[in-house]
Amino acid sequence: MRAGLEVCGLTAGYGARQVLTDLSLPLLPPGTLAAVVGANAAGKSTLLKAIAGLRPARGQVLLDGEDLGRLGLAARLARVGYLPQQLPQGTALVVYEAIVSALRASRRDLTAADAEAAVERVFDSLALRPLALRRLDELSGGQRQMVGLAQTMVRDPKLLLLDEPTSALDLRWQLQVLETVRALTRRHQTVGLIAIHDLNLALRFCDRIVVLGNGGLLAAGDPAAAFNAETLRRAYGVEGRVESCSLGYRIVLVDRTLETTS
Amino acid sequence: MTGLAAAYRRFSFLRQALLAAMMLALLVSFVADVATGPSLFPLADIWRGLFDAQSLSAAQAVILWDVRLPYAVMAVLVGAALGLAGAEMQTALNNPLASPFTLGIAAAATFGASLAIVLGLDFSGLGEHLAIPLMAFLFAAAATLLILVLSRSYGASTDTVVLFGIALLFTFEALGWLLQFIADSDALQQIVFWTMGSLARATWPKIAVVAAVFAVCFAFSLRQVWVMTALRGGEEQARSFGIAVERLRLVVLLRVSLLAAAALAFVGTIGFVGLVGPHIARLLLGEDHRFYLPGAALAGALMLSLASIASKSLIPGVVLPIGIVTALVGVPLFMALILGRRQRG
Repeated sequence: MRAGLEVCGLTAGYGARQVLTDLSLPLLPPGTLAAVVGANAAGKSTLLKAIAGLRPARGQVLLDGEDLGRLGLAARLARVGYLPQQLPQGTALVVYEAIVSALRASRRDLTAADAEAAVERVFDSLALRPLALRRLDELSGGQRQMVGLAQTMVRDPKLLLLDEPTSALDLRWQLQVLETVRALTRRHQTVGLIAIHDLNLALRFCDRIVVLGNGGLLAAGDPAAAFNAETLRRAYGVEGRVESCSLGYRIVLVDRTLETTS
Repeated sequence: MTGLAAAYRRFSFLRQALLAAMMLALLVSFVADVATGPSLFPLADIWRGLFDAQSLSAAQAVILWDVRLPYAVMAVLVGAALGLAGAEMQTALNNPLASPFTLGIAAAATFGASLAIVLGLDFSGLGEHLAIPLMAFLFAAAATLLILVLSRSYGASTDTVVLFGIALLFTFEALGWLLQFIADSDALQQIVFWTMGSLARATWPKIAVVAAVFAVCFAFSLRQVWVMTALRGGEEQARSFGIAVERLRLVVLLRVSLLAAAALAFVGTIGFVGLVGPHIARLLLGEDHRFYLPGAALAGALMLSLASIASKSLIPGVVLPIGIVTALVGVPLFMALILGRRQRG
């Protein structure tokens, strides 16, 4: 058995339209945070949903050697935490209720005491205690994203799939959410896969990068090796460079578009 | 118990206290409803008559057991059923404007009742006046079934369900107007009166039916409080927890339709309660469905019980149809809550 996530020959789409065809990813070991990048409609969200079992797909998804395709959806989602692109809805629920209901709705076997202990752990882990009794409709977008992350983490998943978790957030919250995710994946030895548009954040926070395009995999591996001017050209149709800033972070600079799309 | 859980328990204690206060208010309103009526009937006599039938005159016994009590009990049950139905509907469709009326269930019930009136159906073997509620129930149930079948076939997204519901609403309204157009003046008067809603149609067997439907639906609702609460946090989130959202929505719609059909069939069209009862509960108790669902049922019951008192008190000697009074009582209560909340900030 190989620990971590393996994807082999995955084909997924919407009805007759295939978005991903026969996609395979190299093994992502536990504790790895990987970014899934690519142009719009490259299949980033489709890949995450297909791995989670939320979109029909053919092919194999192995988590710690277990074929997730052989599990029912509830059992699969007990192992896989999927954070959707939409923030948790602004409602009159307080944060504690939103998180405890996420756990109790999916784990009916849990006793109240076990659920409370798990909720307490996730509140501490994400430093959310000050928000526990605040209503969701009173929170900022960043705070609601942290609640969404807590709803996902409280179920103690082995695989964390985050669909554009920073797209609705300001700069400060983008950094805070990704720092938290990176810390969580390392501490819990979880595999993390993030669909993300911001290449600079992807290069800064992720250990691996997966570049999608043309219905398949364009590049995958260590960011320094897998992401360069050639990848930018093939994935996005732009001419650009990947350079290091004064703090040592790799940053993407785009010079011009190579082709116009209509 | 963990520190956070203890803090939440302290926080939710206020909600439990509010639920208890609503129950107490309902009890007071119920007693006042029984004590209110055109004929002079002191509360002490009513109380004694409840436990000692011999203490009442024949006329008093009829007033108490055949008029006042059935009216008051039916008001509570129908209000609770509509409040619960509205709350579940608003969560399932993620729409604060949803109520049993949204999906055309009430319009279907009205059409069924109108058809029975215009055709002069009597189903005499089943007992007097049973044709109207039976037809109202059958059409409400048929409308429900149609929505469920269409939703299953075309995917039970909130948009799909609401659009089918609105299509049904307009269809049954148009058919209802057609019946009114061809009805003679007596039938037309009966239809109009039915659509105003009235507790005067309450009898103990009808109460038993509404009570049984409410008890069964409420029990099933309570079994699903966690998934409903999780759904309130967002449909995509709920799906990611492994909740089969479409199936849950269909189950909830079935429950809502049963509640609405049972309630409306026996008392006629009573709007507003199913829409505003859940909002009152939400304002007071938040949206954790452990508190929200019982709260919406209590708010609906309280609103209709108060409306029942008002219907007997506004014009001395006249009992107004309750459908007319419901909004007149409910709107000030609702506005007071909204304004009170805004002032508190």
